[in-house]
Amino acid sequence: MLIATEKKQERDALANFILNGESVNIDAEPEMPLLWAVREKAGLVGTKFGCGIAQCGACTMHLDGQPVRSCSTPVSMAEGREVTTIEGIGGVDGMMSAVQQAWISEQVPQCGYCQSGQIMSATALLRDNPSPSDDDIDAAMKGNICRCGTYTRIRRAIKVASGQLEPRSEEEA
Amino acid sequence: MNDLTPGEKERSKLAKWSRRGFIGAGVLAGGGLLIGIGVRPGNPIGKLAPKVAGGAGEQLVNSWVKIDTNNIITAIVPHCEMGQGAHSVLAQMLADELDADWDKVRVQQAPTDGSYVVTDTARMFVAPFTMNAADWIEPTWNGLFTQVARMADAMLTGGSSSIRTTGQHSMRIAGAAARGMLVGAAADEWGVPAGEITTENSTLFHKASGKSASYAEFATAAADQPMDQTPALKTPDQYKLMGKSKARTDIPAKINGTAEFGIDAVPEGLDLSYAAIVRPPVPGTSVVSMDSARAKSMKGVLQILNMETFVAVVADSYWQAQQAANTIGIEWSKSASPIKTMDDQYAAFAAALDEAGETGGEEAAKKGDAQSTLGSAAKTIKAEYKAPYLAHSPMEPINCTAHVADGKCDIWASTQVPLMARSGVAETLGFDAENVTVHHPYLGGAFGRRLGVDEMTLAARVAQATGYPVKVIWSREEDTQKALYRCADMARMRAGLDGDGKLVAFDHVFTQRHDPAEACVPAIYNIANTSVRHAPADLHLPFQAWRSVDHSQQGFFIESFIDEAAHEAGADPLEYRMEMLKGSPRHVAVLKKVREISDWGGETPKGHAKGVAMVESFGTIVAEVIEVDMTSGKPKLVNAWAVCDAGYVMNPDGFRNQIEGGIVFGLTAAMYGELELVDGAIKQSNFHDYKMLRMDETPNIEVAIINSGDVPVGGAGEPGLPPAAPAFANAIYAATGKRLRTLPIAKQFA
Repeated sequence: MLIATEKKQERDALANFILNGESVNIDAEPEMPLLWAVREKAGLVGTKFGCGIAQCGACTMHLDGQPVRSCSTPVSMAEGREVTTIEGIGGVDGMMSAVQQAWISEQVPQCGYCQSGQIMSATALLRDNPSPSDDDIDAAMKGNICRCGTYTRIRRAIKVASGQLEPRSEEEA
Repeated sequence: MNDLTPGEKERSKLAKWSRRGFIGAGVLAGGGLLIGIGVRPGNPIGKLAPKVAGGAGEQLVNSWVKIDTNNIITAIVPHCEMGQGAHSVLAQMLADELDADWDKVRVQQAPTDGSYVVTDTARMFVAPFTMNAADWIEPTWNGLFTQVARMADAMLTGGSSSIRTTGQHSMRIAGAAARGMLVGAAADEWGVPAGEITTENSTLFHKASGKSASYAEFATAAADQPMDQTPALKTPDQYKLMGKSKARTDIPAKINGTAEFGIDAVPEGLDLSYAAIVRPPVPGTSVVSMDSARAKSMKGVLQILNMETFVAVVADSYWQAQQAANTIGIEWSKSASPIKTMDDQYAAFAAALDEAGETGGEEAAKKGDAQSTLGSAAKTIKAEYKAPYLAHSPMEPINCTAHVADGKCDIWASTQVPLMARSGVAETLGFDAENVTVHHPYLGGAFGRRLGVDEMTLAARVAQATGYPVKVIWSREEDTQKALYRCADMARMRAGLDGDGKLVAFDHVFTQRHDPAEACVPAIYNIANTSVRHAPADLHLPFQAWRSVDHSQQGFFIESFIDEAAHEAGADPLEYRMEMLKGSPRHVAVLKKVREISDWGGETPKGHAKGVAMVESFGTIVAEVIEVDMTSGKPKLVNAWAVCDAGYVMNPDGFRNQIEGGIVFGLTAAMYGELELVDGAIKQSNFHDYKMLRMDETPNIEVAIINSGDVPVGGAGEPGLPPAAPAFANAIYAATGKRLRTLPIAKQFA
């Protein structure tokens, strides 16, 4: 039944980039998608695999500040550049970013699996557009699928994070 | 408040958690109290331990609360957290009865152990909706159902059941009983009557003497107190946490990347390899031959396994494994199924319906004489409806990590049924269940897909073959095309209207009946003559319960056809339903409220129209109004309003989030959901052709709650879904006069 038998170890080429502010050297062949290099080789698993074909946005990271679908971005494209993941967008000492705080006040997540990607897309949107309209939100967020259907809460959280809406308190919820 | 489920910081802790370590003494290491619900009166928890381990007269413990010396209270929750918020709400219910300080309450996922069968959930599946709360906690019944649950390995999460079964009948009792034991211990120590002791914020008070103490101070002594098996529970006016929108405890970890899902498992000390799999494109077929020459030579590839019913490629990374798997040429055996296309499938349904005719098939419900009333009715209408196969498509792809060594197997998986996974894996490997350990972190969505154990048994076989730990990840394509599905179905309905247009006879025949059994019956309406018949027909694709199960297609069939009857009668569809709800005040109130919040009958912009539908499912009544904009010639969803009566909602914001999700899930299926067959294999493969509703396509959603009280608490996860598709289709009819009797909708306006 077994065709190959021995577990073999091969060394791949090294990939070098800045991951959440720290320089990393990862043992990954150049074609390997950034997603898998970061999850399996660098050991940061906050970024999720959803579809593998840049259709769902679960794997969204920032490459030099721009959102990319890391499942379809070869690690070679990150060479020497800055990669930011969900683990890298909060402040020091575990402080939450404004976007993350809004995600809490609006109680956005259900299963939570897509939310890393949602937050990375929203963070990029708000950096470039501090007061997005509904159309702006649609355009920036329609690449991120949420199967639990939290879209209306994501929209509200983006407006809270951008100061267009007041955050809800637990009593108001 | 912190959540102690696995992802937060110490991944390995749960794996090491041992039930015996706690139960053995009833007192926690370093002092503290552990309480479970013993169903045998007079059995303090410490003495239950040997019985739980097995033996004559065995009774089980089905949920737990522990109190440590720092006054931290931990609810040990037997249900999984898949996005429905059950971990938080179950803790909320326990903490309320315990008068606990919510800021010092934590949640812990119960380990995969026979002691954590969810007795009440199992009972609901056996005898649904027939018993009130008092019956539920009757000890004999509990014991019996515990046995049933244990036999069925029922540690499951599904059926919108966690709050209304485990919450209502285990967590609350555990909390109230714990409070009673703490009060008893303080009364003994202080020498005062227990009735004079009050509790608040995890503190005991005796007003007359001015004494007070934290729960922690009496936790150890409380363990020696007798446990009240039927403690008095709070009434809604006494609730402090129940009924409040407490923030969910799992959310902080889900927004900073630290929440651990099954796919994230990196077991400590294990050098993981990764596998991609190729399963048969047509169900029931197997590998005849394969050409893996190219795959074998690819970088990182460790092993290629021909397991007959699937092929696995094991590599240093998942990506390498998947790349190699994509190059393998496999010849599959011929399928015995005569069904090659959806036309074939629908022809098989039609044949079964033809055979049943106007009176045949298995009787599902009967009231009055529908057949003769149809014969004499002033007007009759009939229609044939169809619903396609659907995939569950949780965002977390199906995966399982397995390690088989020294006669033992460890499994890490996102699953709704950890105990069934344990037995399934044990059976597959020929092991005793005791030698299989199932670790189950958060689920990245489930919707019924994770009620199966296919990915666990498959991964166990791979890990047994390799001898080293392997994480098996299914590509999105594998899960879309080769998994388990919401069934397709076809229904024929007839309605008889009297001279006033009143619906006096209803006949309904369909081919698929799974759960809940009552989903096919329009029982909420007062129709004098009803006949509901099931004409079974074979499915080409394997069935798996899909969010709201039979209600997902039956809601569309029945509520669309009721709409047809209303239009045939020349009546307003909402008022037509209202007329049929006389004598059902809860339903009337729900429909009135949705009429109000949706401004039903009010002005709408040109090209816009509203549709209504109402379904009671999983104990909750939900009416929805959907507003569509047809000005472009294609349907655009504008607004959705839902009104729900679940009796009493434990966490309103969490409940609303579930209903919002159910609506989006239902509208997604209605707009796009469809799996087609090509030569017996599924055509759609990933999100580009199996589309999901996205941010820009999702309507505004408003959810209102009615707490009618004094009825068994209803569910949240599923009931929002069934009215969504018919309300959407009914809105399109209102806008265009085009009646949609098949789904999905978008392609009918392409």
